[in-house]
Amino acid sequence: MSWRRRALDLGVIVALLTMPYWMAAVGGYTELATRVVIMGLAAMSLNFLLGYTGVLSFGHAAYFGLGGYGAAMAIKYWNWGTLPAIAAGALAATVAAALIGALIVRRRGVYFAMVTIAFGQVFFFLAFRWNAVTGGDDGLTGWRRQPIDFGFAQLDIVRNDHALYYFVLAVFAVCVAVMARLIASPLGRSLVAIRENERRARFLGLAIERRIWLSFVISCFFVSIAGALYALLNNFIDPRALRFDLSGNFVIMAVMGGMRSFWGPLLGAAIFVALQDYVSSRTENWMFFIGLVFVLVVRFFPRGLLGVLARRGAA
Amino acid sequence: MSQLVLFNVFNGLIVGAFYALMALGLSLIMNLSGVINFAHGAFLALGAYLAYTLIPYIGFWGALIVAPILTGALGLVVERLLIRPLYGGDTLYSLLLTFGLAYMMEDSIKYVWGAQSLPFQAPTWLLSPLSSQYFFLTGYRVFMIVIVAAAVAALFIVLGYTRLGMRIRAGTRDLETVSTLGVNTRLLRSVNFGLGVYIAGLAGVLAAGLLGLSPTIGDNLIMPSFVAIIVGGLGSLVGTLIGGLLIGVVSGLTAVFFPSATEAVIYVMMGLVLLIRPRGLFGEEGRVH
Repeated sequence: MSWRRRALDLGVIVALLTMPYWMAAVGGYTELATRVVIMGLAAMSLNFLLGYTGVLSFGHAAYFGLGGYGAAMAIKYWNWGTLPAIAAGALAATVAAALIGALIVRRRGVYFAMVTIAFGQVFFFLAFRWNAVTGGDDGLTGWRRQPIDFGFAQLDIVRNDHALYYFVLAVFAVCVAVMARLIASPLGRSLVAIRENERRARFLGLAIERRIWLSFVISCFFVSIAGALYALLNNFIDPRALRFDLSGNFVIMAVMGGMRSFWGPLLGAAIFVALQDYVSSRTENWMFFIGLVFVLVVRFFPRGLLGVLARRGAA
Repeated sequence: MSQLVLFNVFNGLIVGAFYALMALGLSLIMNLSGVINFAHGAFLALGAYLAYTLIPYIGFWGALIVAPILTGALGLVVERLLIRPLYGGDTLYSLLLTFGLAYMMEDSIKYVWGAQSLPFQAPTWLLSPLSSQYFFLTGYRVFMIVIVAAAVAALFIVLGYTRLGMRIRAGTRDLETVSTLGVNTRLLRSVNFGLGVYIAGLAGVLAAGLLGLSPTIGDNLIMPSFVAIIVGGLGSLVGTLIGGLLIGVVSGLTAVFFPSATEAVIYVMMGLVLLIRPRGLFGEEGRVH
């Protein structure tokens, strides 16, 4: 590992650990910091598939939302604790991803993107229409996140927003560490090989479809944890958390930050979340500016910010 | 009961005709240029709003002709300035760009025409029911089916029997070879994109007369259009047409028996098609993944 990479890792870790303390100085607030970490996790999870396997999913919001709904329902209907609720959400989303993944794994490129977009809509309409269980268009209310009981101590994530931030950060850290290990593992190496040259990887005897499927499911598993955290943060979840526009936002976060770099999507998420927060507080027409960001990124920064920096560094 | 079923089948056919019309435009662009035009729904909405503004000046019939042409012209500009530089690159970028464009266009429409829905006046003589027993058979609905059928027929004639259509079909198979034969493929892609967007604009004017006018009018049509393409088979325009009509009718029938699944059923259908016949009903195996 180069010193440059180490310095970047260290910088990210320090920035994340201290974020609630300097967020106010740059015009933010603790909840915004928490949202950055959650969206960062979602974008990094998507990038496991997009950046490291080279497969474009435009429907990740479905699994994000499923994670959120799963966690929210487990708390509302079964009074589950915070950690089991997150696990419930992740389980629901992962099972869905495993089934749908099996249906679509042979598709590539345009086709794969289109099928993932379309399948995402199933869950949107399920949440939208099944009023009795999901609360329909109004969202699922009437539940609150609970303090986390470790037996010997209790973490009050209900009223203490710093505690909530560090809880979310801890979950983020575990997920990101696991993803980093997976990327460095033989499985991760083979995924990069598929990205670089699928036909060659097939000739080398790799079971391409099974590996892409695995990558899809892993990616959806982690994005669903982000979704569960998102529901906990807001004490609320509604069908917009499953809608295709959120899927698009995840992709632009990953691309804007740099999908070929490990931390890129986190940077992209931070910029996107901050920008969205700022623009939507300034003008009603914030969607126009978000759209403009998409267009500008594609035209001028297709490699992403960290991609550009890395290239400069290499030259 | 049987009348209710008939009503919903008929309704589904109309909605399906819209899905098909929209999906045909999407398909054209996707097949030749490999671009998923996510802004297609926004172009549809724009066509409808342009017609709304034009009607007081040139009447419904004038707007029906002019609004789609203006929409198509804007499509040409967008293609030239934003999409052309992305040809040959990763699908990811054209998808993201048109996605952002959809945001921008939808918000611009809200800015210019307001976020509330607007009344859209089709000629009154078209709105009265044709038969007292089949009350749902209003003149406008029949008229719409006629226009959609005419547009689809015209499109297939252009594609099947004109030099332009031949080049588009050939380019879908192998653009490089078409290029080496001396065809200006940049121009071909531009015209093709404009044609696809023109169809979206036409669908917009017609849809506004039926569904009313709101900035999100295209949003509700674009997803089913993707499904129509997948069910019909990527790369086959006939498949896209039939796929659109089929999902329209299926979702119309579902509205009778299980109303809350009206939207979801088409995605279930898509899942079944992918499971049983992954290439889609009319897709050719091996050509497009």
